[in-house]
Amino acid sequence: MVQKLDTLVETASQTAGPYVHIGLMPTYAGNPGYYDEEIGVSPIEDSCDGEIIEITGSVYDGTGWAMRDALIESWQPDAKGVFPGQEGADPKVSGHCRFAADAETGEFTLRTVKPGKVKGRGGVESAPHISLWVVARGINIGLQTRIYFEDEDNSSDPLLARIEQRPRVDTLIAKKTGEGQYRFDIRLQGEGETVFLDI
Amino acid sequence: MSNFITTDKGPLIPRNREVHPVAYDPGYKTSVSRSPNLPLLSMESSPSEETGPTFGHGKLGALDNNLVLNWTKGAAPAVGERILMHGRVLDENARPVPNTLIEIWQANAGGRYRHKKDTYLAPLDPNFGGCGRTLTDENGYYQFLTVRPGAYPWPNRGNDWRPMHIHVSVYGHSFGQRLITQMYFEGDPLIDHCPIAATIKNRAQLDALVAPLDLAHSRPLDYLAYKFDIVLRGRRQSMFENKLEGM
Ligand SMILES: [Fe+3]
Repeated sequence: MVQKLDTLVETASQTAGPYVHIGLMPTYAGNPGYYDEEIGVSPIEDSCDGEIIEITGSVYDGTGWAMRDALIESWQPDAKGVFPGQEGADPKVSGHCRFAADAETGEFTLRTVKPGKVKGRGGVESAPHISLWVVARGINIGLQTRIYFEDEDNSSDPLLARIEQRPRVDTLIAKKTGEGQYRFDIRLQGEGETVFLDI
Repeated sequence: MSNFITTDKGPLIPRNREVHPVAYDPGYKTSVSRSPNLPLLSMESSPSEETGPTFGHGKLGALDNNLVLNWTKGAAPAVGERILMHGRVLDENARPVPNTLIEIWQANAGGRYRHKKDTYLAPLDPNFGGCGRTLTDENGYYQFLTVRPGAYPWPNRGNDWRPMHIHVSVYGHSFGQRLITQMYFEGDPLIDHCPIAATIKNRAQLDALVAPLDLAHSRPLDYLAYKFDIVLRGRRQSMFENKLEGM
């Protein structure tokens, strides 16, 4: 026998299911006005510092079908790379957004401010990115990934550098489609499978 | 500056994936095409995972954690067996997680969701919406008043039914702690027949999602209580954290 550890075990995840929108996005679920103020409606106020951008995409399952029921949350710093709650953060950036695939087209849009570079532990600098967390029916534990940007210098980002199969780096990089417009598709499985994270 | 790094500064404890459901499980048909084939990319957490959104009491309404009354704004109570769902949010270091947002959603007493895509023949309850939210207090404690959700059938294998359950979403204090799970009820025979519950292969971990009847916190002539504690990822605590590698 040995001494007992006094740590606890994390609660097991379960799928968010088909009706996740009821709880997290009541207006989308057809129940507007349930709460006075919903969570994560927008990650910014329009008068925040920096470039306002729109990222459009779809979440595809392993058959290539654009899922109609995916729900995504995003988290990011402001244009200077400061996270909300940290000293000097732009008060007009909440950094958090909830958005869902359109029930008809399967397309989502995230309207936000382009994030800045972030200094991590040991002074290592990350290229600008937005963290995502994807849930839906059939996803048993939320999938973490990141959006990087085609028009930024991603060459020394510590996470991208860890991806051994270099063509897969592209799955994390939003393509510029116009001024302030980007395309970012998420593929859960199969050809072009997005790099998902365990961080 | 102190050398000592508190539990709020260190990296997140890496997730033990063995205590979570498997991503791919043929018994749960939708997971077959929605599970990544390739391994996840593992790394030590960074500011993107160690920070996270915070929510003040200002966003919440007085009835937000009372599902018996919140859909009608207090005008008329929901139909069903009244229950108190309560518990604590802790981290893996067994420390309470105060001031964190918990959101729940559920079917009504007949097993029907108020969602445009739910077409189950059980009727909607005009007095029940099916969602609630609250912040944990300084000791990580939370509570909801609601009604016991009904079991419901779902299209999977020929005759699959979900056990009574309440969906639970928790933030913690950092985006890397984000978790959605489900609370089941003690004694429900459908738990052992449910392909979604069965995606958790570790029996103790499934048992930890089953809330026990808690008579001590029940209120006579009013509601039964069920206790549901939630454990989120913790952070590594070490006084050596800020020394360079190898020193
Ligand atoms: Fe459900």
